[in-house]
Amino acid sequence: MSAATLRKIEIGAIAVIALFLVVVLPLLNSHGVVSNFTINLWGKYLCYALLAISVDLLWGYTGLLSLGQALFFSLGGYMMGMYLMRMIGDLGQYKLPIPDFLVFLGWSELPWFWKPFDSFGFAALMIFLLPGVVAFVFGFLAFRSRIKGVYFSILTQALTYGASLMFFRNDMLMGGNNGFTDYKFILGHDIRDPATMRGLYVVTAVMLVLVFLGCRWLAQTKLGLVQRAIRDGENRVLFSGYAAAHFKLFVFVVASLIAAIGGALYVPQVGIINPSEMTPDKSLEAVVWVAVGGRGTLVGPIIGAISVNALKSWATRAYPDAWLFILGGLFIVVVLLLPGGMVSLPGRIAAWWKGRSRRSVDETTDAAAASEKPVVTTGTP
Amino acid sequence: MNVGPEKTNFILTVEDVNKTFDGFKAITNLNFYLNRGELRTVIGPNGAGKSTFFDLITGRTKPDTGKIEFGWDIDLVGMNEYEINRLGIGRKFQTPSVYIDHTVFENLLLSLKGPRGVFRTLFHRTTSEQRDRIDELLKLIRLDAKRDLRAGQLAHGEKQWLEIGMLLAQEPQLLLVDEPAAGMTDEETKRTGELLISLSEKHSIVVVEHDMTFVKQIARDGKVTVLHQGTVLCEGKFDEVQANEQVRQVYLGRGKH
Repeated sequence: MSAATLRKIEIGAIAVIALFLVVVLPLLNSHGVVSNFTINLWGKYLCYALLAISVDLLWGYTGLLSLGQALFFSLGGYMMGMYLMRMIGDLGQYKLPIPDFLVFLGWSELPWFWKPFDSFGFAALMIFLLPGVVAFVFGFLAFRSRIKGVYFSILTQALTYGASLMFFRNDMLMGGNNGFTDYKFILGHDIRDPATMRGLYVVTAVMLVLVFLGCRWLAQTKLGLVQRAIRDGENRVLFSGYAAAHFKLFVFVVASLIAAIGGALYVPQVGIINPSEMTPDKSLEAVVWVAVGGRGTLVGPIIGAISVNALKSWATRAYPDAWLFILGGLFIVVVLLLPGGMVSLPGRIAAWWKGRSRRSVDETTDAAAASEKPVVTTGTP
Repeated sequence: MNVGPEKTNFILTVEDVNKTFDGFKAITNLNFYLNRGELRTVIGPNGAGKSTFFDLITGRTKPDTGKIEFGWDIDLVGMNEYEINRLGIGRKFQTPSVYIDHTVFENLLLSLKGPRGVFRTLFHRTTSEQRDRIDELLKLIRLDAKRDLRAGQLAHGEKQWLEIGMLLAQEPQLLLVDEPAAGMTDEETKRTGELLISLSEKHSIVVVEHDMTFVKQIARDGKVTVLHQGTVLCEGKFDEVQANEQVRQVYLGRGKH
């Protein structure tokens, strides 16, 4: 097959999957074929897929293993959560026009930074602004000091852990360990109404498609080339006149925004956000999704996020105590036996098949080894 | 050899440079002057400070004391790698450092002289002039048939050439080349030597090398600098250097040439 035909097949496959996720699945839901539970579950999976793309943009494409992407996901979620809390109005337990937890903490009036969140527009702005600014400041300091490899991973992990400790505190006025929950309305619609849920799902699916296409475009620009060049040879990049730190900062901010979109759409669909969403293990889980799906590709993280979470949904019911062992085992198996992840399976099978049929024709089969060579994986393990 | 008035025409001036790593004196009172258009070969035993010397010029490490200047009056001390590169100083590493996942073409595209900013790169469109320039380079480094191959699939010698091609794509005034013949076959080594000599017509070049046959080939009757314990032991034509008693003791006397 020529490269052009392959490209056509690829674009066709993307279009079919996008159409299925954005149009077919919601239609089946409105006609009662797909349950509300399922559509909600898939909405959640697709939010995770956004988080996974965010991880992969850094890890798979730039060689930066960030263990703190759940922070940006959660920050996006918290910004959406603040808006949703305001939309509860006086329908809370205390029947007062401020969120219940504030009443519980002895507040009778809204703290100043809560006030603008009555506006959805402001909340939407903050969904991008807060994670973007945090990523910019952290990234600026980290990349300027040339922190890389495992040190970068540890630092990002510390960042998200520190943030979770901060959000756990009640005097942060962000709901403490309970976070935000009991939402009632979003943009005037009842949040528990199946039609609203379906709407949220569709927005998520559309966002995922847009992010996917955006990243695909990014990967083929010259910036995308520089990005992967940093992963494969940062010295060469520096000694070719590129300020590698600026490129890393750009990608880090873009990745944080993608995670934030995922988080913002996640919160109204699961109905809760609390600081446990930004603990390091949440970020680690996202890294496993990417590894399982196939890093350094765009389809990989989406497949990984959906399949690992589908497995989780099943396993936490069937074998609740074993889930973490299953997750860890999965990671080890993939790293050892399938470094290219699930997306590398078809290629591997094809190469194996080719090798086998050649073997049956000819006894001398040295050539098969060449085509069976796995994709070169680079970056920080 | 150009002496006299040409002396003021240095492209690189390194004066009284010292560099210590945790008490180890890597470079001691180093003085090095390179004329514009000169091809200089630097030899020296392991640990003589050859790589540190390149690191100091290219901004990888900063000297403790001393002066490093490019051209008339550009002070390189305090600048970082990419700023120094943008001035027109290209560096080839000892182990071939190419982008293994990119095609040969893409490797050269990334190296072509041009804007290096994040947003200029994001909205970059490759022009036909740039394509022609890349094709020209591909011919020069004899990789035109492997244009669309991933660089990781090239043989070792080809990677070395690709990296030289990437340096040339930057159109530098000064080329710093670290052991270009390492790991090459005799035939490849010879051709690399020819390539460097042909390049010296347009560029100033410093080559660090171990292989004495290769040094002899490229030095011809140009200057050879011998580094030893971070300082210049002696400088002169290849034959003079080879005949020098001190040099024989510290380096050539080991019988490894």
